[in-house]
Amino acid sequence: MSDATPHPQPVPRPEPQYATMDQQAEAASFGMWVFLATEVLFFGGMLLAYAWLRASHPDGVAEAGRHTKVVIGSVNTLVLLTSSLTMAWAVHAAEHGRRTALTRLLAVTALLGLLFLGLKGYEYHGEWAEHLVPGLNFQENGPHARTIELFYFLYFLLTGIHGIHVTIGIVLIAVMAVRARRGAFSAGYFTPVEVTGLYWHFVDIVWIFLYPLIYLAGRSGP
Amino acid sequence: MTTATVTGKPEEPVVATKNYLTEEGTTLRSWLLTRDHKRIAILYTLSLTVFFFVGGAAATLIRLNLVTPAGIFTPDIYNRLFTLHGIVMVWFFLIPSIPNTMGNFLIPLMIGAKDLAFPRLNLLSWYLYMGAGFLALFAILIGGVDTGWTFYTPFSSLYSNGYVVLALAAVFAVGFSSILTGLNFIVTTHRLRAPGMTWYRLPVFVWSNYATSVIMVLATPVLAITLLLVAVERLLRVGIFDPALGGDPLLFQHLFWFYSHPAVYIMILPGFGVISEIVPCFARKPLFGYKFVVWSSIAISVIGFFVWAHHMFVAGISLYAGLVFSLLSYVIAVPSAIKVFNWTATLHKGWISFDAPMLYALGFIGLFTIGGLTGLFVANLAFDVHVTDTYFVVAHFHYIMVGGMVSAYFGGLHYWWPKVTGRLYPEWWARIAALLIFFGFNLTFFPQFILGYLGMERRYYAYPPEFQAWNIFSSAGASVLAVGYVLPFFYLGWSLFRGKRAGSNPWAATGLEWKTPSPPPTHNFDRTPTVTRPPYQYRPEPEPQDV
Repeated sequence: MSDATPHPQPVPRPEPQYATMDQQAEAASFGMWVFLATEVLFFGGMLLAYAWLRASHPDGVAEAGRHTKVVIGSVNTLVLLTSSLTMAWAVHAAEHGRRTALTRLLAVTALLGLLFLGLKGYEYHGEWAEHLVPGLNFQENGPHARTIELFYFLYFLLTGIHGIHVTIGIVLIAVMAVRARRGAFSAGYFTPVEVTGLYWHFVDIVWIFLYPLIYLAGRSGP
Repeated sequence: MTTATVTGKPEEPVVATKNYLTEEGTTLRSWLLTRDHKRIAILYTLSLTVFFFVGGAAATLIRLNLVTPAGIFTPDIYNRLFTLHGIVMVWFFLIPSIPNTMGNFLIPLMIGAKDLAFPRLNLLSWYLYMGAGFLALFAILIGGVDTGWTFYTPFSSLYSNGYVVLALAAVFAVGFSSILTGLNFIVTTHRLRAPGMTWYRLPVFVWSNYATSVIMVLATPVLAITLLLVAVERLLRVGIFDPALGGDPLLFQHLFWFYSHPAVYIMILPGFGVISEIVPCFARKPLFGYKFVVWSSIAISVIGFFVWAHHMFVAGISLYAGLVFSLLSYVIAVPSAIKVFNWTATLHKGWISFDAPMLYALGFIGLFTIGGLTGLFVANLAFDVHVTDTYFVVAHFHYIMVGGMVSAYFGGLHYWWPKVTGRLYPEWWARIAALLIFFGFNLTFFPQFILGYLGMERRYYAYPPEFQAWNIFSSAGASVLAVGYVLPFFYLGWSLFRGKRAGSNPWAATGLEWKTPSPPPTHNFDRTPTVTRPPYQYRPEPEPQDV
């Protein structure tokens, strides 16, 4: 393949605390899993707050849910799921030492991440224009105004923190793309790509929980 | 005197020429950029000592204020003092105390590894801790924070004056330091054990820190998000904890205690680990019921996640919730009791010597038992209504945190001091300090059980005159305790320069950490050890020292 490099790949050596590269790779991916466990509980606190709000004010939450921009939310779900596909594909390419494919797939993943953020920003812009931003320009009347405000408070917090995670993911993936292009990875060594992939899939999974809770909750029933 | 008299010089074991204290260089830069887990442990120990004395100074002033019923400080100053004491002692001393100092130093040594799995992350965790520490001190000393360490809403989010948001940010940051440490320990324990070091050959100290790490990783993020919510609520005046804004303060308490009760086990589990090392060594017997001790640690870390609402019995949770949480709080006493019984059984028919680490360990067993049993009192719904927010509760958790955890910290500090520094500490002084701490502690906190039972509320700067006698006892005890805590600072400092050389294994202890020179070389072992035996293979007579 055209991926073959003219000069021999540098063989990475494990850090002193590891006996082999395999041991180091196992530790790295296990470390990411443990970190993701932390992340689950981090989002879990916010989801508990959401559950409390919905349980104590079901009507208000339903009304608030109907204010959300379900089209943008759905498109974004599609974008993020596709980016997970390209990420998984990138890891597969790395496993087989296909350097060009790896670089391109990582770049596509990062671009899809950017597209997600762009759409999210557009959505925020719309919400700003509709005076739905609590604490800054919230204006809403009616019996459920307080609940809607709290819903949007949690909405901005959840999607905002998720957005920060997406941003970090994009940066990581971009770094991986640059490193892949320079030939830092081979079929024998691609742990950073794999670990970045784990993180990216997690960010995606968080969104899979957020999407129905935010966009779909208020739309069932009459 | 043996051959030493012939040469006219005291007999000193040979010191390894290359050790972690000198090998990487002795410049400040070599310390601040080190990745060696042992050096990072030293950095932590030094900074923790500073915070311990800051928190202790606040405690001293609190006890000084409570000598007279009218108090000597203004209510505002008093509120800031106990907030300073609480925040600093909980997050900047107790939570990181044993894991980040001894855990950092010993876990790789005990499992036969060259370092932790992620040395850079380990250093980052120290920098987070330091940054957060300075931020917290700045917020409390310059701005003033009077919420108590619990940051209860809506007081913290609405009414409190002072730099609450900065203090929240500091605790948020130190939480990530704790998460990274926990993550590092978990991965290290799973992936870096030496050949033959099976899970059931791990010292209990490693198991305890493993159980602690699980709590750190799973509970701390909930605290982080909770404090973030409080900060946003305070800044933007929107939020879900303030009833005036449509929120619910009980939600805050649930989220806060979901972290902060397991955090109690973050503070005490590593202490169990230290005691489980010291007791077999100074009783010259294998640890009784090793697997029970191990699994009781794991049980505590799991059940610890399901008892949080016993802090909220009078906060307005339902009676049924109260019953369930009361029952679960009784259940978690079982694994703690198993440990106490196992240590006692280890002592039974042992060849016991009363060196300073053992004095601390025995003190721990007694004080922790009192703290644990009074924990059953407050797990009881009816009794808790009577003593909620009184000094009874204060005394109860100080018996666990100070009588238990701080005793274990000092015990461990003395036990591994020769390994860390290569020097022996002066035994006589150490025993005096251990006894002072034990008696000073009891004199300080036992009267508080009585005060609380009689109805003295915590966190007030003044109290009715009939409580004065017990308060004077308590403050007198605090001064004895203060002397006990300051003493080691001097004799341990002295021993750094003048202490006798320790040799690799001054206690004739088992465990891989004693198989390498003191102080250990940078990568701990010249050759990766192979483990063939379970831990604590003590025989009931002193073993000859290995040279």
